[in-house]
Amino acid sequence: MSASIETRDTVEALAADKYKYGFTTDIAMEEFPKGLNEDIVRLISAKKNEPEWLLAWRLKAFTLWQKLEEPVWAHIKHPPIVYNELYYYAAPSGPAPKSLDEVDPELLNMYEKLGIPLSERAALAGVAVDAVFDSVSVATTFRETLAKSGVIFCPISEAVREHPELVRKYLGSVVPIGDNFFAALNSAVFSDGSFVYIPKGVRCPMELSTYFRINARNTGQFERTLIIAEEGASVSYLEGCTAPQRDENQLHAAVVELVALDDAKIKYSTVQNWYPGDADGKGGIYNFVTKRGACRGRNSKISWTQVETGSAITWKYPSCVLQGDGSVGEFYSVALTHNHQQADTGTKMIHIGKNTTSTIISKGISAGHSNNTYRGLVKILPQASGARNYTQCDSLLIGDQCGAHTVPYIESRNASAKVEHEATTSKIAEDQLFYCRSRGLSEEDAVGLIVNGFCKDVLKELPMEFAVEAQKLLAVSLEGSVG
Amino acid sequence: MTALPTQRLESWRYTDLRALNAMSFAEAPAASLPDGLPDIGVPRLVFVNGRFDEAASSALPFARNFAAVDEVSDLPLARINAEHAHDGVTLEIPDGVDAGVVLLVSYANGGALHPRHRVSLGAGAALTLLEVVKGDGVYWHNPVTDIVLAQGASLAHYRLQDESQEAFHLATIRATVAADAAYESFTAVMGAKLSRAEFHVELTGAKAHTHLNAAQLLGGSQHGDFTSVVRHKAPDCSSRQTVKSVLCDSARGVFQGRIEVERVAQKTDGYQMSQALLLSPTAEMDIKPELQIYADDVKCSHGATIGALDEEQVFYLRSRGIPEDTARSMLIRAFLTEALEPVTHEGAHALFEAAIETWWARK
Amino acid sequence: MLEIKNLSARIGDKEILRGVTLSVPDGEIHAIMGPNGAGKSTLSYVLSGRDGYEVTGGEAIYNGQDILALTPEARAAAGIFLAFQYPVELPGVGNANFMRTALNAVKRARGEAELDAVAFLKLARAALKKLSMQDDMLKRNVNVGFSGGEKKRNEVLQMALLQPGLAILDETDSGLDIDALKIVAEGVNALRSETFSALVITHYQRLLDYIVPDKVHVLAAGKIVRSGGPELALELEARGYAGLEAA
Repeated sequence: MSASIETRDTVEALAADKYKYGFTTDIAMEEFPKGLNEDIVRLISAKKNEPEWLLAWRLKAFTLWQKLEEPVWAHIKHPPIVYNELYYYAAPSGPAPKSLDEVDPELLNMYEKLGIPLSERAALAGVAVDAVFDSVSVATTFRETLAKSGVIFCPISEAVREHPELVRKYLGSVVPIGDNFFAALNSAVFSDGSFVYIPKGVRCPMELSTYFRINARNTGQFERTLIIAEEGASVSYLEGCTAPQRDENQLHAAVVELVALDDAKIKYSTVQNWYPGDADGKGGIYNFVTKRGACRGRNSKISWTQVETGSAITWKYPSCVLQGDGSVGEFYSVALTHNHQQADTGTKMIHIGKNTTSTIISKGISAGHSNNTYRGLVKILPQASGARNYTQCDSLLIGDQCGAHTVPYIESRNASAKVEHEATTSKIAEDQLFYCRSRGLSEEDAVGLIVNGFCKDVLKELPMEFAVEAQKLLAVSLEGSVG
Repeated sequence: MTALPTQRLESWRYTDLRALNAMSFAEAPAASLPDGLPDIGVPRLVFVNGRFDEAASSALPFARNFAAVDEVSDLPLARINAEHAHDGVTLEIPDGVDAGVVLLVSYANGGALHPRHRVSLGAGAALTLLEVVKGDGVYWHNPVTDIVLAQGASLAHYRLQDESQEAFHLATIRATVAADAAYESFTAVMGAKLSRAEFHVELTGAKAHTHLNAAQLLGGSQHGDFTSVVRHKAPDCSSRQTVKSVLCDSARGVFQGRIEVERVAQKTDGYQMSQALLLSPTAEMDIKPELQIYADDVKCSHGATIGALDEEQVFYLRSRGIPEDTARSMLIRAFLTEALEPVTHEGAHALFEAAIETWWARK
Repeated sequence: MLEIKNLSARIGDKEILRGVTLSVPDGEIHAIMGPNGAGKSTLSYVLSGRDGYEVTGGEAIYNGQDILALTPEARAAAGIFLAFQYPVELPGVGNANFMRTALNAVKRARGEAELDAVAFLKLARAALKKLSMQDDMLKRNVNVGFSGGEKKRNEVLQMALLQPGLAILDETDSGLDIDALKIVAEGVNALRSETFSALVITHYQRLLDYIVPDKVHVLAAGKIVRSGGPELALELEARGYAGLEAA
């Protein structure tokens, strides 16, 4: 079936409800008191039975956070966030479920509704899922299958207890606790997230996936993900995100750290579809995320692919620190903003090792009254002989009330390095639209089709199961942008 | 004095003025005119240490006296200039007049200079302004040039920055370009220990056009910054920002370019290109080519490359029998020849060629 | 006379040439045909000295001299000319300046007198005329904005000026229409003499209708697997390359 027909079907099916994930789930919740102080940090740590070192680590981060200032350089605007008006911990009440059978059926229903069945019988073939609901992980599927090959895939809170040596060694080693305002905040109050460890020489037998869901009102979500690929290991990981439709803004400040040792490969894909707010810009998630991967080993590779269609504000720069000689960093991004959404997203590629290469392909689509900024840094350090970077960032504007911005920083300190950068800004050409329409497509379908074509170079990097999903998402997100 | 900007300011992130800040400059002393200043047989205006040298200058019917500056700019260097400016040339070309070529020569050998030049062209007027700055020793040259082009006017502005290797050169050029008018500029950066040429061009009428061009030839520990902002405020305008840099030794080149397209500026055609050749392991190039776009029917693009010479090209030349050294220098010269293409006035072209020749011979 | 003996070469870890043996006597034109990936372009680059190819064994002797140790420019001076499959663009380098610099460098290396600008121009104009090319070819930058056909003609023009003893034509026919093909062929045929030889590398037989080779060799998987007269090209055209590796 052609993409166009699928796109049209989806548009029609969803015409009534633009954000289909906007429902809320009614479930008994345990919440900590509002506000942020040392006691809350201690409470979170105690709730999770954390060891002393981790509490000390959190408190240090909290102290640093108090000294840091919210960054102002991004091309975004929002009313000040009152950090003391937020809740920093929310979880379904009662003891933690030991197996899927113990998970509240209401929660399982919710994940079904989101298209993420958690029972292994119904699960997507070949994909293991960790489901994070507000501040805790509620279920992780296929753990035993994975354990057979030595792969650890579990909530990070569990990893702190079961694999303290690994967590202690790598947590904060890629994104230091004081790296930036939001990373420090996350380090102080992070609640849950996924932990992945792929042992030496192991090719992870299935796709790993985490599904994040914000449900509770006024609650920040601060998940923390840590993925370690030992020598020669490889893994493909995907995260998805949704949240209920609420009038107030909600904060999401995650930290993701990836470590790839010699010859290891990590592919990290994101389909971000947090609630974007309504057509007037009311509500929606503030998505302030720090994601960074360290290619520590020789010939290691980290590849980020993201499809960002949700959130009222996206502030996110998945980066690669290319330390190992011959290591490879990739960033493939589609960021689509509509209505009053704002996105300031891009990447940093730091070339340290010899013969390191990086590729950046960014596609920004702005519609409605939105603003969409690509911001990226390519830095070649003096010792990075033979480094190569290729960057292409293209922007597409739909309508004349939106903005598309490109802010690349290119810093080269090695003469043998080669850096190439191209960027274009354009709109959908009248003749492209006309051509499609003369073949019977509606204007909206034609736009969906052309936008999907515009994003093809990025979408093809997604694991197959999710590429189709992402295509639909783009079409739905653009609804009402033409005509 | 207004404080010098620091690197915390986004627009100054790549240029560090602490070395300048650490020095104190008196007002530039009076000095006599040295020999050997360029003269290409066109009317010439001469400034020595920031003061107009009437004796050495041609009498021009459209040159006016300096008038006091009354502005508080957002740009720190322009603000400092406003606080200190007490001389400069004012050229006013009446409607429909083609004023030919004017050579503006500045020479300095000490102190701080803050000249304020003003150039305005009436409707349909034309002028080629060739600016050559030279000097000896340590000084700080902080010129501001304000340019106003009325409808259909055309200004070609060629600048040869050949300051003393110990000098600081921070130039601000601001232009507003009305409908159908064109501002073409070319800056060759060779001199100064630390320099910045900062252009702000506003295209205010339909079909206005600007081309901001530069070639940076830097060696030693020179720092050269070319910063340009073009704001499209009307439909159907076009702009080009093209910078070529050749960096030797521990030199550092900077290009920050920005195209801003306002909502009304439909059919904008904007283009930025930065190419840098790093000829030494310790040279550095920093590039920030920015697009800020609020109109949908536009064509804007930028390209940037940084690297050594293309080895494919070197091999092609060698396979034809040309020795490697010759092949490499041919390619560097070709790179610079291309940069000079926008300089269409013959006398000016020859002057730039000779300057590049001299620079090349020194390397 | 070019003599290639048991020549092996690789790119990185990948063996491309696995013992090529071939000799091209003065006055002869030899065609090298073969499927994609056989090593045809690698052979031409190894013979002309491009970086990135590591010779792992064997030798290539041209007029009694082992050329493999020479720089690319020294090989050009020795009389070897490579017509590129994809001629390189040189923005800002004028064609006339480029060719005069090349010609004089070669002359200098051979101990001959250099040409001044006037003498060169006369020579270049004559060569252009012979090849039915426009004079403005000299004013343009090397290959910049040239059509595919113009680029190949420019290669032939350079060859006519440099008067090589051995020309290597690397798939010069790719992307050419019949008229351009004829011009290339005429350029090569015009150089035919007892002191000129050529290696014509091609995937198709078409070019060999116009440059009739004395011998045809088939290169497959890095080795010469068959040699024969011009009729071999026709046979390949009819039957394809399938099964040659086994031969």
